[in-house]
Amino acid sequence: MELDMDAASLSNGMGVENELHVLAVDDSLIDRRLVEKLLINSSFKVTTAENGLRALEFLGLGEEDQKNNLKTTGSKVNLIITDYCMPGMTGYDLLKKIKESNALKEVPVVIVSSENIPTRINKCLEEGAQQFMLKPLKQSDVKKLRCQLMT
Amino acid sequence: MGFVCLDLKGTLDAQFTQLQQLQDESNPDFVAEVVSLFFEDSEKILNDLTRALEQKCIDFKKIDANVHQLKGSSSSVGAQKVKNACITFRNCCEEQNIEGCFTCLQLVKQEYLLVKNKLETLLRVITFICFLENSLSAYYPRNLPQKLYK
Repeated sequence: MELDMDAASLSNGMGVENELHVLAVDDSLIDRRLVEKLLINSSFKVTTAENGLRALEFLGLGEEDQKNNLKTTGSKVNLIITDYCMPGMTGYDLLKKIKESNALKEVPVVIVSSENIPTRINKCLEEGAQQFMLKPLKQSDVKKLRCQLMT
Repeated sequence: MGFVCLDLKGTLDAQFTQLQQLQDESNPDFVAEVVSLFFEDSEKILNDLTRALEQKCIDFKKIDANVHQLKGSSSSVGAQKVKNACITFRNCCEEQNIEGCFTCLQLVKQEYLLVKNKLETLLRVITFICFLENSLSAYYPRNLPQKLYK
């Protein structure tokens, strides 16, 4: 097995075999810290973003990338977890942008929210969200996600 | 590490236990870190809310957004009573009930101070227990490789 990873492939998140990379988006610092720990405990590699714009930049869909019309040079992720209620770009808006992108539409997106509102849940599922989960997330929720991704 | 359980009836819910479970050797100060983020965040929001309710023209949307944020963070650390007080507060915002909002703000502040007090005590106890555990393991080393005892 080739163990020499060059810097480029490491920064693209394609490091250790079987390591899944998650992008977690939430405007709350506490919630970012919590979800990060839960994900690390389930052996995920984690990157966090504090809003939709930063998330898009990380994924290579930022405004600059669009203007330059470059092929996406963003980092590869296996899963995106985003809070629904965020100022500016909501989790739903972010979901739409991801699903509109050829490069990223296959990446599963999980929406999390503290509020259990059926119309909100349906709206997200219809737009292509993999799942909708209630906050605060538990370790068991994250373990289930990992199992789902591995199959 | 064992779990500490003070008389917290309803002040801290199961989410706080989850926080304790997330603390481990790689993150030995996780609970303290999250709790202090909660204190910082909450105090800022409570100050903003106090100022917002002092304005001549009350911006209910802004107040609601702040209360929503506090509801979220209190829920994430397990501060159940603060969270519930925030839910009531949001209802008053929706009804644009000024007096209700003032009452709710007092209630949220009260619950926050109570949980802050409990959390600070709890953290001191947790720190002390960790100190005891470390001291004991120094006296009774269990995991040293055998050859050191030759």
